[in-house]
Amino acid sequence: MSTPLSRNQMAWRAAQDLADGAYVNLGLGMPVLAANYAPAEREIFYHSENGILGVGPVAPSGRGDPELVDAGSQMVTLRDGACIFDSAASFAMIRGGHLDVTILGAFQVAANGDLANWDALSSAKGPLIGGAMDLAMGAKAVHVIMRHNDRDGAARLVTECSYPLTAPGVVDRVFTDLAVLDIDQGRLLVREIIPGLGHDELAAVTAAPLTFAPDCRALIAPDLDNGN
Amino acid sequence: MINKVVGDLAAAMAGIGAGASIMISGFGNAGMPKTLVRALGGMDLTGLTLIVNAIRRIDECGTSLFSERRVDHVVTTAFRGPGAAPASYEDQWKRGEMTLDIVPQGTFAERIRAGGAGIPAFYTPTAVGTPLVEGREQRDFNGQTCVLEEALTADFALLRAEKADRYGNLHFRGTQANFGSAMAAAAETTIVEVAEFCETSLRPDEAHLPGIYVQRVLQAPRWEATP
Repeated sequence: MSTPLSRNQMAWRAAQDLADGAYVNLGLGMPVLAANYAPAEREIFYHSENGILGVGPVAPSGRGDPELVDAGSQMVTLRDGACIFDSAASFAMIRGGHLDVTILGAFQVAANGDLANWDALSSAKGPLIGGAMDLAMGAKAVHVIMRHNDRDGAARLVTECSYPLTAPGVVDRVFTDLAVLDIDQGRLLVREIIPGLGHDELAAVTAAPLTFAPDCRALIAPDLDNGN
Repeated sequence: MINKVVGDLAAAMAGIGAGASIMISGFGNAGMPKTLVRALGGMDLTGLTLIVNAIRRIDECGTSLFSERRVDHVVTTAFRGPGAAPASYEDQWKRGEMTLDIVPQGTFAERIRAGGAGIPAFYTPTAVGTPLVEGREQRDFNGQTCVLEEALTADFALLRAEKADRYGNLHFRGTQANFGSAMAAAAETTIVEVAEFCETSLRPDEAHLPGIYVQRVLQAPRWEATP
């Protein structure tokens, strides 16, 4: 019997890959949770595209400054050594290739690294891009956190994205609730898989061919949800 | 003698006419010129072009810009309203009453920066390979395909800052600067609401935006966070 990872566990796993001294941008949703789980001994600077390098935790209730917000428009604190700049400078930092990693959410990732994470298909609502296209193109490494399958059970890891692309060929690593996979020369290379899930079972819920690394390991995260 | 301070909203907003293009700074609540945005909604204008990062934050200022259909073109990175039901501006766009130029945020910021810096256009790799650049001029540099993006300028820019002096020098608090620094340079007339007017000039090293880019300063209240 295999148990998929929770949102927090997926974020925890992604956070374990953030190196000491890294400059990191976290997308909205599951990616921002990763900041809660980076190993404490590592010094990591989180970038917010509205102009902060060194974002700290969300401000305690009633203590925030409405003129100091992060990319999710939440009132935040700053860490020691943080600095602030304007949006044009912030995106020059992104586009110029200075950030080590961005962690983004996604609707789909293709085996060739194509990323689809902006929704232009909604019929009633307007389009929303934000900074994802710039981050996907500019960061040195692009990591994705997403559930392996969507609500209807359809695979999100595909041979070719059916959603409009955010950027082509940019994704390096994907953390799902079932596995950790690298985009490796146009193929999906499974590095870790949750205990109890067979290779054929993972392949059955993935819409692109899988290759299993010779040293493929068990994907095990601590219980972060009080058993729920 | 230079004195860019204006005494009231009417003087701050003077000269904004039908069909004007208007850049509005702000990211979340930070740097959002709510006093000026509300005043703009109350002016009997049509055919406005808004150049804003996220349209919902303009709506949340409590403005009648959209309910009175004053806007017919929007350049933005985020045209989505909150919740599942379409917002008034989403409805207007769907009905074809409002046109939309949706832009990646870094390209948006750089197009405005270029507009104020005398750069008519530039190439960037952002958005290449996506539906946004279909049919647009592209060119390879060092093996990377890039798309040509044109500068953005406007008739007016609306900003909020923490402090200003009579020269129009601005001091930002927190993340107030965001798009404002670039917008101030890219607009013909820049109007700023500030929480604090400084009788004594800002110290040169606390002036984040040079007054050369600012035409009018209005003292306005601080705002609480948008819920």
